[in-house]
Amino acid sequence: MEDILNMTALELGSAIKRGEISSPEAVARVFDAIETKDKAINAYITLNRDQALERAAVVQQKIERDELTSPLAGVPVAIKDNICTKGIKTTCASKILGDFTPPYSATVTQKLETAGMVICGKLNMDEFAMGSTNETSYYGPVKNPFDTSRVSGGSSGGAAAAVAAREAVCALGSDTGGSIRQPASYCGVTGLKPTYGAVSRYGLIAYASSLDQIGPVARDVADCAAILGIICGHDPADSTSLDISHPDYTAVLDGGVRGMKIGLPRECFEAGLDSDVADRVRAAADTLRGAGAVVEEVSLPLLDYVVPTYCIIASAEASSNLSCFDGIKYGMRSRNYDGLTDLYNATRSEGFGDEVKKRILLGTFVLSSGYYDAYYRRALQVKALIKNHFDAIFEKYDLIVCPTSPTTAPRLGESLSDPLKMYLSDIFTASANIAGLPGLSVPCGFDRVGLPVGMQIIGQRLGEVKVLSAGYAYQQLTSYHKTAPGGDLR
Amino acid sequence: MRTAKEIVEYVAELSRIKLDEDETEKMIKELGEVIEYMDILQGLDTEGVEPMSHVFPITNVMREDEVTPSFEREDILRNAPERTDETLVVPKTIE
Amino acid sequence: MTWETVIGLEVHVELATKSKIFCGCSTEFGGAPNTHCCPVCAGMPGTLPVLNKKVLEYALVAGIALGCKINRYNKFDRKNYFYPDLPKAYQISQLYLPFARDGRVEYVTRSGQKKVARIREIHMEEDAGKLIHSPYGDVSYPDFNRCGVPLIEIVSEPDFRDSEEVLGYLMWLKSTFEYLGISDVRMEEGSMRADINLSVRPGGSDRFGVRTEMKNINSFKAIERAIIDESKRQIELLEAGGRVIQETRKWDDNKGRSFSMRTKENAQDYRYFPEPNIPPILISEELLRTLAERQPELAHEKRERYIREYGLSDYDAGLLTEKKALAELFERTADLCSDPKETANWMLGDMMYLMNRDSVTAEELNIDPAQFADFVIAVRNGIINRTVAKSVFEKIFASHDFNVAKYIEENNLRQIDDAGRIRRIASEVIAENPKTVAQYKSGKTKVFAFFIGQTMRRLQGKANPSLVNEIVTELLNHAD
Ligand SMILES: [Mg+2]
Ligand SMILES: [Zn+2]
Repeated sequence: MEDILNMTALELGSAIKRGEISSPEAVARVFDAIETKDKAINAYITLNRDQALERAAVVQQKIERDELTSPLAGVPVAIKDNICTKGIKTTCASKILGDFTPPYSATVTQKLETAGMVICGKLNMDEFAMGSTNETSYYGPVKNPFDTSRVSGGSSGGAAAAVAAREAVCALGSDTGGSIRQPASYCGVTGLKPTYGAVSRYGLIAYASSLDQIGPVARDVADCAAILGIICGHDPADSTSLDISHPDYTAVLDGGVRGMKIGLPRECFEAGLDSDVADRVRAAADTLRGAGAVVEEVSLPLLDYVVPTYCIIASAEASSNLSCFDGIKYGMRSRNYDGLTDLYNATRSEGFGDEVKKRILLGTFVLSSGYYDAYYRRALQVKALIKNHFDAIFEKYDLIVCPTSPTTAPRLGESLSDPLKMYLSDIFTASANIAGLPGLSVPCGFDRVGLPVGMQIIGQRLGEVKVLSAGYAYQQLTSYHKTAPGGDLR
Repeated sequence: MRTAKEIVEYVAELSRIKLDEDETEKMIKELGEVIEYMDILQGLDTEGVEPMSHVFPITNVMREDEVTPSFEREDILRNAPERTDETLVVPKTIE
Repeated sequence: MTWETVIGLEVHVELATKSKIFCGCSTEFGGAPNTHCCPVCAGMPGTLPVLNKKVLEYALVAGIALGCKINRYNKFDRKNYFYPDLPKAYQISQLYLPFARDGRVEYVTRSGQKKVARIREIHMEEDAGKLIHSPYGDVSYPDFNRCGVPLIEIVSEPDFRDSEEVLGYLMWLKSTFEYLGISDVRMEEGSMRADINLSVRPGGSDRFGVRTEMKNINSFKAIERAIIDESKRQIELLEAGGRVIQETRKWDDNKGRSFSMRTKENAQDYRYFPEPNIPPILISEELLRTLAERQPELAHEKRERYIREYGLSDYDAGLLTEKKALAELFERTADLCSDPKETANWMLGDMMYLMNRDSVTAEELNIDPAQFADFVIAVRNGIINRTVAKSVFEKIFASHDFNVAKYIEENNLRQIDDAGRIRRIASEVIAENPKTVAQYKSGKTKVFAFFIGQTMRRLQGKANPSLVNEIVTELLNHAD
């Protein structure tokens, strides 16, 4: 049998179902891989070995009694550390959350467990999901498995790197401005940000509530579809979760792209785009054309406004969402303070990293009296314009295809020196968050130094079926998603 | 018009984040850059555009008025940095 | 120079839902600290609010009763500030599009003057927790049980000029919410409390002075005292050439004065923005119509009807309608005995006296309207006289299971209308007291009462009083 760590989640799921391997064996194998590889990658913050093995044994019995029907029953999964797991430490990669162990589980966590998936550990990330390189983590940066001198991308860097390095079979990340898709692109894996409201946010420690969405990071599109099938659906605990019925995403994957109209936004290929990235994405578009899609150039005239709009909305909501970390109810409290206000000041100054502080201050600024109208209110207006513009495009086109990120993974430390450059790495992804659209990143080749390039496929709200079908069709014709990082990691 | 320093000090106070002098200088520079970058939005015509906070036009998401069991107090207090058996502990809020 | 006080109020009223506004925890008052909490109301990260349908319904009922325009499209916003009683560090409230605006309340002051207060807006929001202060160390203990209890905040225009107006308005609110059944309005439990914004200005001026704010005062008495004191403080300050500083002051009811909250107050900038976790509210015309139709007759409407239909005085009608329980007892009893006037008399006289004496609140009253009605009929038909009636009423007041007819029969309390028997007894009294008769004859008519009293006593107080009066007069005048 093939090494299970090279299997997709669905392949592993059916191997378990066929009795070729047991869930506890699969889980143990994952922990072995973590042991040998994670020192170099740093994808995990917390490992859940004992509980996971126990859980796997229970799941295995249920599978044998035919009580678990999910195709992913028994499959190990890792979870980004901003998703609450009852009884397992959840840190958001921040010092301020300290040893926070939630007394409740996120809805997605419960859904994974109900389906029989086994949670192996909590994944590293940018602190509070604020960052695009995973260098803002209190627990240190995540390294790119294709080149450990490079960043994994962020903020779901741990998820992308763990899946790429074969120290996780599949993972859940979260995406506020590109945080699933961009690291997926940097690490050569497949990642989906679902339509806003398709997946419950209950238990996701919020960065920007109106933009955040949980989604799968996996080896391929089929795995993403299968995981989406498990985590999607209406949740009465999340008022923004959509009360609709979802299709069986796995079952409708092979619809192909024949006859689909795909827009290729001209502006994405202009200045600032790495030429290798441009070439690979154009080639990928040609592959889709070859499979029967109609690919045409479209225009995204508002592209330059996307990142500023995202910065304002995300930082504003973050400044409010992160106020609850005040040294009183959970997490750390400074040892040096004099009175209440100083307790707040000292705890938050010691507990948050620089990038988080910066975004909190920025968010406070755009909401503060005298600036609200010029920044926050205006950003909400531009949000409406961006959304309307996408709606207009989707009246004529089924999908939009563009690079996931303007470059491949930069070197560690490189983007921290230029914050604006880091923000700009979200330029192609953030509009999907602003307009609530589903976005998928699939590997579409490598640049001149062998780093993965990602193609992004964006659909209309609730257009997951088309997005996944196009990604799936592409992966039927290519093998970039099967290419593991080379060298000693293999 | 407030100076950049006054603005940074003001938002730091509102945010309950203490900045030393070096940090304040760094924030003035970095926030200044980002804000300048965000100012591109000022050039866009948004006249008459209704600000949009929710992308889906859903309304009236509500639950019935039914009591569900509360959590064990221990689960509410367990993560606290300082506590008694019944409550959290904070510096006195009145004199 | 004369001064005019200008007062605006922000009144917080807790809505009487079973569960909290954004989670299923109980709203019950008085649980052990932090026992009515869950991750949502305790502000744990990752949790999300889901609006309680009943909160919106109760809020709308209040908005309609206060004559507001209902914003059919309204939204929640976040109000951001740090305080240990606010675990999320923001309060979910409404600022940009509250559910109700532009209302109008007509109320009557204690001295009977009709006044109008304009309502600027009403919004829904969540309550904060409570801080228990250690009497020893430098610490406080947050209790989150009240966190997330639903509130409406009623913001008035600065339309009040003294404490009497403020109290009249607050009484109106209290009785209205009680009638509507949307709040317990128990001030002592904090379910209704007022923030007082107060300024003074020279009489005749139409500009506002600098105002101060006193927050969370939760008894009528304290509100009255705080207004009088603060208005006096500001006038004295201005007359001495000083300036009023815009500030929040804490009213200390024990010391009878307010204090500046001069602890270096952090900048007040709440950075309101639309709550991303709660989709907007859209209220249908139909829901509004249903709620308006379901609106019961309110205190002030009843009051006017009592004056009009029963000929009660404004004051009496006011007393009977102030509490829903009283008005209900009155209407049910009057209905059964068809004698509103007599029913009102007993309630306003003996019943109020007994309530006072025994410290019984309107809600605690335990009078069976059917028995009360039988009683009123018995009095009206002269089956018992007024002296006996007073003691019978006390029994009705004391027990719900009391049976009037049975009690009158078993204790033989029927009024004595037998003129012959009364005459016989009265004659005995006159014959036994020749000295007193002589006094009466010599013009000391005051002793007349003595003969009435003695005769009544010998008839166990049950005699028809007018008959006794008539017979005693006749006998005395004919005595030799
Ligand atoms: Mg308020
Ligand atoms: Zn609760």
